[in-house]
This record gives sequence, structure tokens and C-alpha cells, in this order.
Amino acid sequence: MDVLFHNVRELVDLAEKENKLISEIMIEQEMNMSGRSRKEIFEQMDRNLTVMEEAVERGLKGVQSVTGLTGGDAVLIQNYIAKGNSLSGDLLLDAVSKAVATNEVNAAMGTICATPTAGSAGVVPGTLFAVKNKLNPTREQMIRFLFTSGAYGFVVANNAFISGAAGGCQAEVGSAAGMAAAAIVEMAGGTPAQTAEAFAITLKNMLGLVCDPVAGLVEVPCVKRNAMGAANSLVAADMALAGVTSRIPCDEVIGAMFRIGQSMSPNLKETARGGLAATPTGKAIAAKIFGSAVTVE
Amino acid sequence: MKFTSVFDIIGPVMIGPSSSHTAGAARIGRVARDLFGRQPKWAKIHLFGSFAETYQGHGTDVAIVGGLLDFDTFDERIKTSFDYAKKENFEFEIIPETANKEHPNTARIVMGDENGEMSVEGISIGGGKIEISEVNGFKLRLTGGMPALLVVHDDRAGCIANVANCLAMHSVNIGHMEVSRIERGQTALMVIEVDQNIEDKIMQQISLIPNVTKVSKINN
Repeated sequence: MDVLFHNVRELVDLAEKENKLISEIMIEQEMNMSGRSRKEIFEQMDRNLTVMEEAVERGLKGVQSVTGLTGGDAVLIQNYIAKGNSLSGDLLLDAVSKAVATNEVNAAMGTICATPTAGSAGVVPGTLFAVKNKLNPTREQMIRFLFTSGAYGFVVANNAFISGAAGGCQAEVGSAAGMAAAAIVEMAGGTPAQTAEAFAITLKNMLGLVCDPVAGLVEVPCVKRNAMGAANSLVAADMALAGVTSRIPCDEVIGAMFRIGQSMSPNLKETARGGLAATPTGKAIAAKIFGSAVTVE
Repeated sequence: MKFTSVFDIIGPVMIGPSSSHTAGAARIGRVARDLFGRQPKWAKIHLFGSFAETYQGHGTDVAIVGGLLDFDTFDERIKTSFDYAKKENFEFEIIPETANKEHPNTARIVMGDENGEMSVEGISIGGGKIEISEVNGFKLRLTGGMPALLVVHDDRAGCIANVANCLAMHSVNIGHMEVSRIERGQTALMVIEVDQNIEDKIMQQISLIPNVTKVSKINN
């Protein structure tokens, strides 16, 4: 029942020492902790992957949320890519579109897999299904992508936080983006150390991001935050694969995220009392949906 | 360590839009139903804090009703749980409260049928994870992540030992146990988290122990 790693340093050291992938260390720890077989654990993750795949497909056909605030943007982006004139690159925009697709399905009360939460569920699958077209992974490698993401999420959840209510959007989409970046690096053949660099570079650039959902709903700006989380993670993964390193070690970046989250005003932690939620338009949307203005303290 | 499994991070599979306001809410409803032991005929669902303020947009109401109908977090029927409730003749009332609770995402479910009533209070702590914080007025802390046994009994010497003995006889290992009472010598509650699901046979034996008035369980 032993935990194999408590932080990123231990995770990377163990992978390097035993010449294993990060995903393998996560699988071994899950077997240790749960007493379940490798086969059972793989099958459960395989089912999660299928849910993610179906959510992306559904979002790309176009969905609309109950409130009408979000939906349809994933389709707009795909149509734009098809015209062949994209500036930031087809793969990057494909990831953005698929991240948006997932969160649009989530807002429409469709079925998704929380990674690590529902509000940040788009980043990991968005990047996975975009990178898939370039790297042509096996089904097993795609499942491993989720274990690598999970290993980093596990460290963040136990040393800091992964929910917007506890630590702001940096804890939620920030963690998801870091998780995705690390998993992209492993799938692309990078080293365990490079997965940590990718995570660090990503999270560094999402530090301080607040959770300010309009009307308290997981729609605005959550869907677009997932879009940018996906873009951020792809760029950071490429930087790490190029050999760029973070001057601040990964665990210390996570520590910084934790302390920033602790000192963040409660108004900026999912209460819908600050940030975009407290703008004139944000308040007007809330009043229209709920019939009265959300109180701002 | 709060999170022990990779599936706490990659999961749960759920109906959107919020892991705390939708999936967590469904889990609170389902655990409440488990504790009640059968499909309640009616329920009054009190919502507090952020649950009370944003339940419509998050589907917290349909999720709790879905949970009370035994739907899991990923069950598509959650979206139309009100229709299923009608079909089952299950009557419910959603009551947004203004009182402040310690935790922003709190729900109290008072449910019953012709054979009894029960009140269960639960909190949604993030990522779909929940805790049960009160049952029939007893404060407690139950995650629902492990099988558990709740035993209501008269506060008399030997009762706890008798229940523990019964579990030992069936080789059921106790992982965590809490005891509490409202007043000395009156009604008391044991909350026992165990390593495996409890069979009905064991439940029945415990219910026959002197001074035990009620036994409920959560299986996993």
C-alpha cells in the first residue's frame, strides 16, 4: 500500500533509475495502492478514454448549453482550419477546438470524464486527440497518455489543489494544462525529466489565473480557458522537447501555485463575486438567467 | 494524503457541467438513498451556500434527485430525473436556504416512506468527491469512498464490543470507526468504515444485537 512518489522529483528520479516511463510508475503505484491488477486498471482507463473520445466527437457536431451561453465554437474553429489559412498552425488549433468541444458538451450536461475536474475536462483530451493525428500512437500509448497526466495531477492534488474553489483557475485549468504538456512529451518520445520541464513551463505561465465564472456557471470563461490551456501545453511541450528547461524546479512551481492560491481573495475563487463575473455584462447575464443580480460583496 | 488513486484525477465519468455541483450532488443523493436502504417515497432537499445560489445552472437539483433514484454520476437519465421521479411516484421538494453552512456546497436531504424517515447532510468537496457530515442529527464524517456501516443504538455498555465482535466473526476488517451520541445514556451512533462490502446476512445479525435500533450501510 506504499506511495511510490510524493512529488515530481521522486517521480522523475524513480522513472530514470528504473528506466521506465512516467506512465509506468503511475500504473505500478495504482496497482500497489488499490490491490487491483494491471489489466483491471488499464480497462478502467480505457473506458475513460472512450468517454473522452465520444465527448470530442459530440462537441465537434455542435452542441448548445442549457443557458445558451456556450456552444458551437468548436465547429467554428474546425471550419476555419478546413479553409487552410490558419496562422497558429492546424495541430494547435485542432487541439484548441477539441478542448472547446469537450467543455461545450460538459456545459450542455453531456457525459465527460473529469480531468482533473469537469471545468477543466477539455485540455487533456483536446491535446491528446490532436497530437494523435501527428504521432499515430497505439491504443495503449493513448491510455498511457492519461496515466502520465494522472501522475502529475496526483502530485498537484496532494501538494496543492486542483479545484477553482480552493485555488483559482490556476489550480484547475493550470493543472490540467501542465498534465497535458507532460503527457505530450512522453508520447513524443521525450525523457521523464523533459515531462517535468514541460509541466513547469506550462504552470509557470498560468500562475495567478483566477476562477471567476459568470453567474457561477461552468461556461464563461471556462470553455475558452480550456482552449488556451491546450495551446499553452502544446507550446510548452515543444519547448521542453527542444531542450529548454525551467530555471525554477517543477515542485517549486507547484509550491508557488499553492501559496498564490492561498492568498487569492475568496471573490476570485469560484464564488462569482469578482473578475469577469463582476463585470457589468457578467452581472447582466447572471440577472437574466436567475432573475436577479448575483450579490457582490 | 487526500487523493490516493489516479482515478481521483482522471475521473469520474460524469454528466456535466460541474464535478462539485453535479457529480458530487448526485453522489450525495445516492449515498443518502443507500443509507435509507430503499427507494424513499418522498424527499425534502435543502440546498445551502453555492448549491442554493447556482443549482439551476448546474443541474444540482436533477443530480440529487437522480442520485435518490439510484442513478450514478455518469447516468444520462440524470438530465431528465424529474420525469423518472414522476413515473416512480417519488415526490420531492427543492428548498434553497439562506442560512450559512460551514462548507459552501452543502445539501440536507430529509426523506421517508410509510416505514420511516431519515435525514442526511452531505458536502461536495471538489472533483466529485463528497463527505456525509450528518445523519439524523448526528455529526459524522463519511466519505462514501469505502463501504461503511451505520449503527444507531441505545447508549449502553458493551454494545460497541458486540458489533465489533460480530464483524470479527465474519472476518470483516474495520478501517476506521467513530462513535457519537446526542446525550449520555440516550441514542448513539457508530460509523464503521470497512474493507469489503457488507452482506445482508451480517446486517441482519447486527440488527439482532441487544440495544441496536437501526442498521444502514453503504456498499462500494
